[in-house]
Amino acid sequence: MKKMLTALTWIGLIMSSAIAMASDSAGVIKDPAESWKHLWMEVMIDLYIMGGIFGALAIYWLIKYRAKSPDAVGKGPKLTRSQRWAWAIVPCVLFLADDLYLGASGWSAWNVYRNVPENAMEVKVTGRMWNWEFEYEDGTTSSYDVDGDEGEKGDGLVVPVGTPVVLRMTSEDVVHSFGITEYRVKEDLMPGRITYIWFYPKKEAESWVTCTEFCGANHSRMYAPIKAVPAAKYQEWIAKRAKEEAEG
Amino acid sequence: MSKKSEKFNLSEWIFTTDHKRIGVMYLIGSIAAFSVAGVMAILIRIEQSSLGPTLAADAMTAGQQYNQWLYFHGAAMILAFLIPGLTGFAANYFLPLMIGAADVAFPRINALSVWLFWAGIIVALLGFVIPDAPDIMWTGYPPYSILTGGNTAFYVFTVHLLGFASILGAVNFLVTVIYMRAPGMGWNQLNMFVWSTVTAFVIQLVFVPVLAAAVTMLLFDKYLGTHFFDPSAGGDVLLYQNLFWFYSHPAVYVILLPALGILYEVVATFSKNRIFNYKAAVYGGMWGVVLISGEVWVHHLYVSGMPDWIRIGQMISTLLISLPVGLLAISLFGTLYKGAITFELPMKYAVSCLFLFLIGGLTGIPLAITALDLHLSDTSFIHAHFHYIMGIFATFSVFAAVYYWFPKMTGKMYNDKWGTIGFWLNFIGVNVTFMPLFKIGVDGMPRRYWNYEMFPQFETWHYIAMLGALLVASGMIITILNWIMSAMNGKKSVDNPWKSKSLEWTHTVNPPGPGNFLKDVKVADDWTPYDYGK
Ligand code: HEM
Ligand SMILES: [Cu+2]
Ligand SMILES: [Cu+2]
Repeated sequence: MKKMLTALTWIGLIMSSAIAMASDSAGVIKDPAESWKHLWMEVMIDLYIMGGIFGALAIYWLIKYRAKSPDAVGKGPKLTRSQRWAWAIVPCVLFLADDLYLGASGWSAWNVYRNVPENAMEVKVTGRMWNWEFEYEDGTTSSYDVDGDEGEKGDGLVVPVGTPVVLRMTSEDVVHSFGITEYRVKEDLMPGRITYIWFYPKKEAESWVTCTEFCGANHSRMYAPIKAVPAAKYQEWIAKRAKEEAEG
Repeated sequence: MSKKSEKFNLSEWIFTTDHKRIGVMYLIGSIAAFSVAGVMAILIRIEQSSLGPTLAADAMTAGQQYNQWLYFHGAAMILAFLIPGLTGFAANYFLPLMIGAADVAFPRINALSVWLFWAGIIVALLGFVIPDAPDIMWTGYPPYSILTGGNTAFYVFTVHLLGFASILGAVNFLVTVIYMRAPGMGWNQLNMFVWSTVTAFVIQLVFVPVLAAAVTMLLFDKYLGTHFFDPSAGGDVLLYQNLFWFYSHPAVYVILLPALGILYEVVATFSKNRIFNYKAAVYGGMWGVVLISGEVWVHHLYVSGMPDWIRIGQMISTLLISLPVGLLAISLFGTLYKGAITFELPMKYAVSCLFLFLIGGLTGIPLAITALDLHLSDTSFIHAHFHYIMGIFATFSVFAAVYYWFPKMTGKMYNDKWGTIGFWLNFIGVNVTFMPLFKIGVDGMPRRYWNYEMFPQFETWHYIAMLGALLVASGMIITILNWIMSAMNGKKSVDNPWKSKSLEWTHTVNPPGPGNFLKDVKVADDWTPYDYGK
């Protein structure tokens, strides 16, 4: 019994690190959205397996061990000392292996999230109750405000397809959060600090950024469009914005 | 009940120091909080059921009233319903009975803590009559909670009162379990519910003071001009979030553990079975949770701009919770193995809880993984996750407790037909309400949003969620009415209707009188509360 346990423990530990390392080298995914989707599939499979095992066992036992008579009593096993330890250690090793596997996959995805590509275009984001402002590298700005004057809401964030974008973000008042479902990124904005996220618009797309940290009455109206457009169109747009600003 | 106490005497209840009556007062208070917060939930669901403002004329009003409802809903459900329902009501009434004690160690302190609890509920409810109700969500993050025109002080005082009540309860119950067990009762002979209460109270004792300090600093910042959380004056915006979650993550275990404790009792009784691997569940599972509970709070701050190393470090510690929680799950599910299972109403709730626990617990795993949470955080996926584990699993465990011990508390039997109808409405309703939220959460529906005009594709799902909520509302009304009606005119129950082996059933009458036991309890060396096989 003891020998078996030791063997099991070792097998579990070795397997877990092997799986963890294997997952690290698999695939050549580079941008947050793709790493997210890849990891999500992995985790979902994991969850369905675990949920399936526990759920199926519970259903099977609930049916199989229905009381045969009103006075029936259960015959659950009284575990011996080594069985008790086995039923503690073996599951723990399995869970630990799974944790390490998930942790390793999670860590590689995380590295993608935090390492901004060299050629990324930088945009400064300012959040305030309750609108967004974007400032491009050349000083041109764009904004979006649902309650803008005379229906003038603004253009939101316009970015060229094919260039990674890094956002350096801060807030003028309370905590807000910049979340874009399309690119699977999100990070809070706070007064007095600068946080960042990056994403990679690979194809033309129009999506939304929504404020995802509670910030008062208009929290749910603090959103803006994010338009990924062909590079030429982007140049056109930013030139137009620059001109508008020069004219005041 | 004996003849002379049959006449209801209000001051006898108010000034009582009897743990059973105190338990009942906790139950009434927490169900009251649950009901009001439940009405808020329905209003929230109705507001979200259509794209534009549904219950208001314009966007500004919609936003303001929605935030006030949501604030009350969250704060009351967690602070005034779940924590007091589990550690106030259930622990008060049943823990002394289970360990063979005549009362708790400090009965008057116990009375003080139920009064503080009631005061907390009243302060929370006063929020509805003041013109500037709090609108800061139960998390109360600054700077918003300081800058808002809403009355943050009511939030702070509610937390103070309920926190003090809980700290007093923690001291009281820990002393009670340590010193007042029946002669002969060793640590390995305690009910699972007793252990779960002990571990929950250890967490409360260690962590509640941190929350009390955090909200007090909030009060000072807002009303007395200090700058603890104001970066423009040298304060730190994130300090509050760290302190808040340093308490509030462990707080979810203050809810989880006693909920599991109750389920252990119900599952063991209706399977007539011993606990599967008791020691692993207690020393590895429950104490393991206590050990890890304080090292995972940053998983609530994954998107808050914390340093990278701690976000990864706490991803690992958060994932490691699966070890103790896994041991508890194996032990709880294993208790069904070779049982003699019957499906009375408390067991129906318990069985549904097994599945809710799976869904709620497993959906915590993607949230634990930092990179995945960078999208899921503050979406309805979170909302669905913690509703499965707290809003439904833990709530159903309270309902299982009320039905399971109903004969004990009232001497009467509940109405099974209405109870079962209520159960099915509740169970179907919660799934109809919260399943869609997982889906639209992954698709990007943000949390705490009354308005989602940029995502019209979510409208149908919100509408379905509202229908589910209405099912739950009808189920809850039936359930609570069933308790009230059955307590007044239910059929008389026999003393141990479930043939349980636990002391509260074998050694006391229904309901137990003052002093609980007719004669002193002594247990044998090989006695356990789950002695069915013998
Ligand atoms: C089984 C293991 C669990 C894991 C790994 C887990 C993980 C998480 C994570 C990472 C979050 C934060 C997500 C975010 O805000 O971005 C979260 C939210 C939450 N969880 Fe869990 N959880 C688990 C079990 C529980 C239990 C047992 C409860 C309650 C009894 C609970 C209640 C909550 C609540 C209330 C929130 C939302 C807090 C808020 O932001 O307002 N969780 N969970
Ligand atoms: Cu916001
Ligand atoms: Cu947590």
